[in-house]
Amino acid sequence: MNFKHKYVFLFPGLFVLIGILIFPIIFVVRLSLSGWNSYNGLNFIGLENYIRLFTDDPRFWESFIRLSFLSVTTVTLQYVIGFALAHMVWKEIKFQRFFRVLFLIPMMTTPVIMTVIWRTFFHESLGPVNDLLQIFDVAPKWLTDPTLAKITVIIVEVWQWTPFMFLLLLAGLLSLPKEPFLAAAIDGASPIRKFIYVTFPLMAPISIGAIIIRLIEASKIMDTVYVLTSGGPGTSTETSSFYIFIKGLREFQMGYAASMSFTYLIIMIISLTVIAKVLTKLLLKD
Amino acid sequence: MKIIKTCLSAMISGVLIFSPAFADKWSDQFPHIKATGDISGDCSYEEISKKNYKGKTLKINTHAVPVIGQPTALHAEQFAKLTGATVDVTHTPAGDLYAKAMVPFKAGQSPYDIVFGFSNFINDWRQYLAPVPKKYMNTKEMKDVTKSHVGVSSWDGTMYQYPVDGDRHYLKYRKDVIDNPEMQKKYKADTGKELKVPTTWKEYGEMAKYFNGWDWDGDGEKEYGSAEVMKKDDLMFAAFFSRSVAYAKNPRTPGGFFFDLETMKPNINNPGFVEALTDWVEATKYVPPGGINFGLGDEIGSFGGGQTLFSFSWDDAFIAAMQDDSPIKNKVGTAPLPGADKVWNRVSGKWDNKYNQAPYIVWGWAVGVAKKSKVQEMAFDYLCFFSNGANHQADLAIGNFGVNPFKNSDFDPNLYIDTMGWDADIAKSYTKTLKDMEKSKNRVFPLRVRGVFEFTSAVATGTSKALAGQLSPQEALDEVAKEWEAIVKRVGKSAVQEDYAVGVKMEDNKL
Repeated sequence: MNFKHKYVFLFPGLFVLIGILIFPIIFVVRLSLSGWNSYNGLNFIGLENYIRLFTDDPRFWESFIRLSFLSVTTVTLQYVIGFALAHMVWKEIKFQRFFRVLFLIPMMTTPVIMTVIWRTFFHESLGPVNDLLQIFDVAPKWLTDPTLAKITVIIVEVWQWTPFMFLLLLAGLLSLPKEPFLAAAIDGASPIRKFIYVTFPLMAPISIGAIIIRLIEASKIMDTVYVLTSGGPGTSTETSSFYIFIKGLREFQMGYAASMSFTYLIIMIISLTVIAKVLTKLLLKD
Repeated sequence: MKIIKTCLSAMISGVLIFSPAFADKWSDQFPHIKATGDISGDCSYEEISKKNYKGKTLKINTHAVPVIGQPTALHAEQFAKLTGATVDVTHTPAGDLYAKAMVPFKAGQSPYDIVFGFSNFINDWRQYLAPVPKKYMNTKEMKDVTKSHVGVSSWDGTMYQYPVDGDRHYLKYRKDVIDNPEMQKKYKADTGKELKVPTTWKEYGEMAKYFNGWDWDGDGEKEYGSAEVMKKDDLMFAAFFSRSVAYAKNPRTPGGFFFDLETMKPNINNPGFVEALTDWVEATKYVPPGGINFGLGDEIGSFGGGQTLFSFSWDDAFIAAMQDDSPIKNKVGTAPLPGADKVWNRVSGKWDNKYNQAPYIVWGWAVGVAKKSKVQEMAFDYLCFFSNGANHQADLAIGNFGVNPFKNSDFDPNLYIDTMGWDADIAKSYTKTLKDMEKSKNRVFPLRVRGVFEFTSAVATGTSKALAGQLSPQEALDEVAKEWEAIVKRVGKSAVQEDYAVGVKMEDNKL
């Protein structure tokens, strides 16, 4: 029998895939080869945007380095805190359900709204944080000192997204087999040894997945920076996505912004593949 | 006796009719205009109520609430009630207004009949906007618009943006401190200098520094020197230009403030601008904590709330300070932007050691009707109604509406004394400050060339790096100049030159 007509059933899926994935990528590539801005249309300028990006735009690369620092720091902290919290409510403790829901609340709030609230907290003359710190006669410049502004962004990001890490890791912990833990208990392993030699290795595949998912998300950090600092003071908290946003939607250099987006996409695909491989090698030795 | 009675009844009728807070049929329905009632004109409530737009829809993209977004929505509601039209208002953050209109414009679409933006968008938007029809140019309301604001709304003689707001930067100060004899004595004793309204940026800095970080108004809270828009990408470039005009706009060297029109070489890193940026970096020491991250809203809240001695930028902070609910109502004053004891002469390459002051007729809210709109007449009627006499006077009294004087009749101090309860001397100094800016022959207008956002964004980035201490003022402005040269090259030197020439004509008083 000829089952060629079965391919007809693939069309809807294929159509959606082309519409929402393939077409935008092709359009971005085409856009990146144009000088589309407020005074030019979708003309063709070859690799001019890419040449400009690689030879004459240190701000993009500075923002990329800053992004790498912020992503790695926030995801590491989210992993450590998320794992600790998940481990805590994995065991039978009092108010276990309450804590599980409580730890998820930050993730369920709207990031922009929460960042506005954080900005109010950290406001240096009107915010409650500095009001409290006045007791110790200190008034940190949370949003106007280049170093502290980075730390503030990290704090907000960690607060917002640790629950996501917590959720994934808790799901992982709940799915672990019981036998290795029983064996460790029979052998008289201490809680620390149990964690190092049983829990952590068993959680490695889930940890890698969680870290990669969060790294992908963290590398797109935009709303927190936009609301909290607008990339300032100076350019000290400007990340790649925020810089692309400025060039594309503030300055309307759509062609150039597209070239940055495409370059950024390639860099992210390569670096995340490398990170995944390195993590796998480190955590899944056996 | 009969004559006396007739005279008395005529007088009473007259008082009732011309009383400032009278009730007419329109103010009964629309309490927003209760202070004046309807004011006759081509787009008054009476005239607009004669139109019938039932079954038609007007789509408007405007700024977020409250600044300009609130009056847009309010007047849309009133317009709908009067004409039967359906008016859809979309609110958009300031930073996205340009792109929200520009993306569909570029794609040949027109999802909005009316688009709000800033007056310096004019060159990028004008090809997509319908020129204001003659009928509206001849209205009583339009004839009252100042020459400067007709210029700001027009491109080479054609008006594309309907005037609804007028903007300029000027100095606001705490009158209860600067004019206070005790404070003057104390300041003199401590510094050896006179405490007065500063006429130079150096004086401004000295006074702001002196009054920074202590409770000088006895309210139990610390006060600070100055509130300024310093947040990157949040209109900070306009604040920088306000500080630059005194040092860099030389009336003896016509032919361009931002560029040398002949060569299109940027002036932005010349010693005049560098001196202004050096002052601004110094200002980070006398702004409130977090002041380096202040956007316009913060500046309005800070000065309007009585936190600082000085402020300069648009009217809003001053109007907020003069509102009935303000703790400093009638304790604030206005004056022209400070000047400088020297001004850079880009022709001789030396400082001219002469006092210089230059008003900055900065861009403001602007609005246009899309060329592709199918309801252009209704759209223009709405805009004409927005800025009719009654609405305009009522809007002026509300600080966070963002509507500022742009009509000659706005310079009558009685308007503020009678309808807003301002002290007479404050109202007089306010209107004089505005009027003098109109008369000045050394004005600076906003940059309105193609791709203007690339230029202003470069200024914001460079100056914010200097304020954050990442670069010295000279290094920061050299970086801006380099970026400006690259933008001019990308856009095309002759194209930018052609656009810029229109602005220079206005600055050189030739238009």
